[in-house]
Amino acid sequence: MSNVELTNADLTSVQPTGRADRPESAGTVRANLRFFTNELRVTFFRRRNQLLLLVAALFPLLIGIGLKAAAPHGGGGNGPGSGGAAFFNQLAGNGVFLSFIALSLLLILVLPVVVAVVAGDSIAGEAGYGTLRYLLTVPAGRTRLLVVKYATIVVWCMAAVFIVSAVALVVGAALFPVGSVTLLSGDTVSLGAGLLRVLWVTLYLCAAMAAIGAIGLAISTFTEHSIGAIAALMILVVASEVVDNIPQFATVAPYLPTHWWNSFDALLRTPIDTTTLEHGLLSFVVYAVLFFLIAWARFTSSDVTS
Amino acid sequence: MTATAPESPELAIASSGLTKRFRGGQLAVDQVDLAVPRGAVYGFLGPNGSGKTTTIRMLLGLAYPTSGSAQVLGVPMPEGAVRVLSRVGSLVEGPAFYPYLSGWDNLARYDSADASVSARTARARIGTALDRVGLAAAAKKKFRNYSLGMKQRLAIAAALLVERDLIVLDEPTNGLDPQGTREVRTLIRQIAAEGITVFVSSHLLAEVEQVSSHVGVMRAGKLVFQGELAALRRTAAPRIAVRTPDLTAAAEVMKKLGLADPVAGDDAITAELGDVQPESVTAELVHAGIAVRALTVESPSLEDLFVGLTGEGFDVER
Repeated sequence: MSNVELTNADLTSVQPTGRADRPESAGTVRANLRFFTNELRVTFFRRRNQLLLLVAALFPLLIGIGLKAAAPHGGGGNGPGSGGAAFFNQLAGNGVFLSFIALSLLLILVLPVVVAVVAGDSIAGEAGYGTLRYLLTVPAGRTRLLVVKYATIVVWCMAAVFIVSAVALVVGAALFPVGSVTLLSGDTVSLGAGLLRVLWVTLYLCAAMAAIGAIGLAISTFTEHSIGAIAALMILVVASEVVDNIPQFATVAPYLPTHWWNSFDALLRTPIDTTTLEHGLLSFVVYAVLFFLIAWARFTSSDVTS
Repeated sequence: MTATAPESPELAIASSGLTKRFRGGQLAVDQVDLAVPRGAVYGFLGPNGSGKTTTIRMLLGLAYPTSGSAQVLGVPMPEGAVRVLSRVGSLVEGPAFYPYLSGWDNLARYDSADASVSARTARARIGTALDRVGLAAAAKKKFRNYSLGMKQRLAIAAALLVERDLIVLDEPTNGLDPQGTREVRTLIRQIAAEGITVFVSSHLLAEVEQVSSHVGVMRAGKLVFQGELAALRRTAAPRIAVRTPDLTAAAEVMKKLGLADPVAGDDAITAELGDVQPESVTAELVHAGIAVRALTVESPSLEDLFVGLTGEGFDVER
């Protein structure tokens, strides 16, 4: 996650707007924070977005109840399940695993949808309402507006992933026993260490979502129909997931935006396979930077006709 | 972008050879040289589709000119957009706000995007702006529940959020009822009285005629007239019309008096009056023994002049 945030800061500093009369930096920072805070408020107080987060929060609850009902009484599943992630069977023994289960299930479609709605809407929505021309004549500054938009998308991604993970932990603790955590590699760590692993997984997936958020932002600068941008991003995500699952495409698989999402299970083993995680994070950062730059190049050079 | 607009601090808006060709090849704005003096109320006239809005978009840095240059308050556009636009209030192509936010929150959003103003004064400024357009009572109402007139007024309030040197209003009375139109006119007068330059576009001459000191007239992307409103009036040459059965004889008399552009009809002949007094025309005609049935002097209205400049309409010129 911190990698993605660094990316943001870098991009802010490379903006080519060499304004002659630059006010003292403290005032600029405050003004930028004010704009950012307002954007966050508008995003998080919007009814549609609140409903999205609510729906995302309901999934872990449903999954928890469903798995509780299906769990064999007397604990301890016998033999690993062939389908699904390896940690499904661990749930009966430890509620902490509900967060991993929920995240891995929602990662396929629900979390990308939640991200796509806000990211695809970011510029296209403003263009569609016509508010983009007014923001630019305020003047918000094109680069500045784009940075604020992407920063908001990143916060939004974090909110979505953290809500899923937090609700799953609460539901898991309520429905299943909680104690020291037996990892996939068979080692057992303390509950505190287990929760720390949940935090790492959550942050890793925040970075994954922030990367597709940048793709959504870029698509959003090409249209004034937010629904088109949202749909385009979802098609991209699903197509990437499909291609990733076709063995014949194995050579391109590592370059797909969704390929490294499930690699978070490296965090559930000891020792942690950091190479895989680093590959994943590198992929997310490259996607974020590349698509932010595409968005920037497009947005700062095109006429606003909406 | 070879030509540069003249460096002129006394002009609020100056452009030189400003041209916009759309990607499809259509020439929307063709070599427009605007000169809007500071403190003027400049009526920017032209029928729909004559390039007014595209010109305004270029002046505000929303669209990039194909060639030519423009300066707003002495700052080149679009490069200086961030520097100068906080001193420019604008309403472009109708109001646009977030339907799910209240009027107040909408203004607060635009205000928060302006790096040049302080958050501390925001409440007072938003309150004053809403007051000024008579929306204080509807401040907490969601924008989607506003009437058309209220939406338009909120847009004007947004243009007045910050102390401005220039206000650009693109068709500010579009969709307003007569009362609303009158209110907007009053507001324009008030703004102008504060010494703020107002650049107001319209496709209706009548709408800006009463408030403007200067006018620019667009036709098919070209600026076909620019100057003081009084100068436009002066171009209205009065014509004398004489109804008579002796058309040829009357034409002779007119020719002798030096009246230009005689046009003979079925039973009447008209000509430009110029400096000749109508009574001397009468005297001469009678003196020549011509049967005069009626003699009238016709001054074309400003509306006629405007239509003369912009074309009759209905024929799409491009």
